[in-house]
Amino acid sequence: MSSLRQAIKRHGSFFLVPLWAGILCAPFTGIAAATRIALVLAAGVLLAAALRTGTITRLAHTLFSGSARMQGAGRRLVALLAAPPSAFLFLAALCVIPLFQNDYYRDVLTLTGMYVVLALGLNLVVGQAGLLNLGYVAFYAVGAYTYAISSTRFGLPFWPGMAAGAAVAALAALLIGLSTLKLRGDYFAIVTLGLGEITRIVLNNWDSVTGGPNGISRIPRPSLAGYVLKTPLDFYYLILLMVVITVFAMRRIIASRIGRAWIAIREDEVAAEAMGINTFKLKLLAFVIASALAGCVGVFFAAKMAFVSPESFTFFESVLILCMVVLGGMGSIPGIILGAVLLVMLPEIFRDFQDYRMIGFGIALVLMMIFRPQGLMGAGKRQ
Amino acid sequence: MLKLTNIAVSYGMISALKDVSITVGQGEIVALIGANGAGKSTTLMSISGVTDLVAGTISYRERVISGLPPHIIVSQGISQVPEGRRIFPRMTVLENLEMGAFLGNGKDLQIDLDRVFGLFPVLAERRRQLGGTLSGGEQQMLAIARALMSRPALLLLDEPSLGLAPIIVSRIFKIIEEINQQGMTVLLVEQNAKAALRLAHRGYVMETGRIVLEGRAVDLESDPAIKKAYLGE
Repeated sequence: MSSLRQAIKRHGSFFLVPLWAGILCAPFTGIAAATRIALVLAAGVLLAAALRTGTITRLAHTLFSGSARMQGAGRRLVALLAAPPSAFLFLAALCVIPLFQNDYYRDVLTLTGMYVVLALGLNLVVGQAGLLNLGYVAFYAVGAYTYAISSTRFGLPFWPGMAAGAAVAALAALLIGLSTLKLRGDYFAIVTLGLGEITRIVLNNWDSVTGGPNGISRIPRPSLAGYVLKTPLDFYYLILLMVVITVFAMRRIIASRIGRAWIAIREDEVAAEAMGINTFKLKLLAFVIASALAGCVGVFFAAKMAFVSPESFTFFESVLILCMVVLGGMGSIPGIILGAVLLVMLPEIFRDFQDYRMIGFGIALVLMMIFRPQGLMGAGKRQ
Repeated sequence: MLKLTNIAVSYGMISALKDVSITVGQGEIVALIGANGAGKSTTLMSISGVTDLVAGTISYRERVISGLPPHIIVSQGISQVPEGRRIFPRMTVLENLEMGAFLGNGKDLQIDLDRVFGLFPVLAERRRQLGGTLSGGEQQMLAIARALMSRPALLLLDEPSLGLAPIIVSRIFKIIEEINQQGMTVLLVEQNAKAALRLAHRGYVMETGRIVLEGRAVDLESDPAIKKAYLGE
């Protein structure tokens, strides 16, 4: 910390800048606002000085190397949890815990479960096949609207509705994938980015079908053998079931021949092609499976909220899910679950700072790229 | 076995290959030599189906293969060792080799592994090591071994000597010779003309997208024009 003190001494004159700015602003903004501006500027100067002397870098290094140690422990914990007996115990805990919580916590947990499934789906495209998909939310929306429209207009029940949502999302992905997956790298990202926006704009403007900005309300709730799922607890158990099925399916598919081929494509597409891998078909497969999964979650979302509107399917959602994948560690299932849990739970815990959470995300991602580009639990190599 | 008949390739407006005809007979090592940008790699890429032809045909075992997608061509027994090795750096040696056997049914995996480990004992020692941690020469060996895992009948080698020390190059060329003696047909693209011609039975010389000379390797080696241009004498 002595270096920081030196820096302050050396760059002390820099504090004149915020002071001067504050005085200049005061006549227009009032004293209180001017003081705030000056303080922010001062903090910025201090941060810059600290960065220059390396204090922050050192601090972050100790912080993150600490996390690397914890990561070892974390991995042992995950291994322990993945062993069948403890996996069942863990699952049992997940079944029991919400019974002692109030509805707010149950809703947060349900939301977490939805994002876990979405992030695991996106991971197939981004983490396994190595394609940057910035419009993932489009397929989530397609699933939600498929169920919303078919149930309110034609009385389609929930379970066939989920199949329909998945099928329509998969079909959309197939059509889009066929025409865009020949593109590599950034071009694919740009096309999917556009796709996400087009979907949202269509939902917003095709009033006769989608209800425009008003959305579709009174979407029927799912029922199971005559029992209508309506409480937050019901939906929690439904999403828990979906999470369990997804995790199980993902583990199997990533360990399969197809999973290996995806990893080869991500590592080196030309070499993968030379191995006799049909890269186009496999990329399309990843894209379609992931989109079908997003469609399923979309149907769940529509049934749970009983209401859908274009607002729920903004570009921000795509970015949020992508952040979960990147933060947790591309290609690592426990990592992605952790990423989803962190990014859903943290904003809930820090609700008071909601206005600043985008800044927080940005800072977190920048720090991740610098210090742990492989993600919190990604090992740089697949597990 | 492999026959390229008057093929032409262009990248946009720029034509890369003009009227190239090459034949490779069963059991031969054929060297394709030439300077940077002569079109050697493009020729290999067109055989593998990665680049499309503008004109001409490529046939393999009397059947036309030009126009087929790359994975089908690999499945017919043509395996390429791409330029710059292109091993999977974050997979282990063993996993790299398993990727090479991607088209196989998995039953004979162990037999194929034993075979390539016999050719490259150093890979057996390092089977658990990540591909990216191998030395350049070992990576080249891994790339060749990986290509052999699909049990090809024709091996396309793109600059196996690239960036390697002379002693490693001669070791790798020795192994190529050994593979050939076991019955593998090899088409070798090289800038290192001297070493390539010493290994090959026949050779083709490329210049700016055309074949300018062809013949027996010994004849090419003693050709005064070749000596001047490529052998530095």
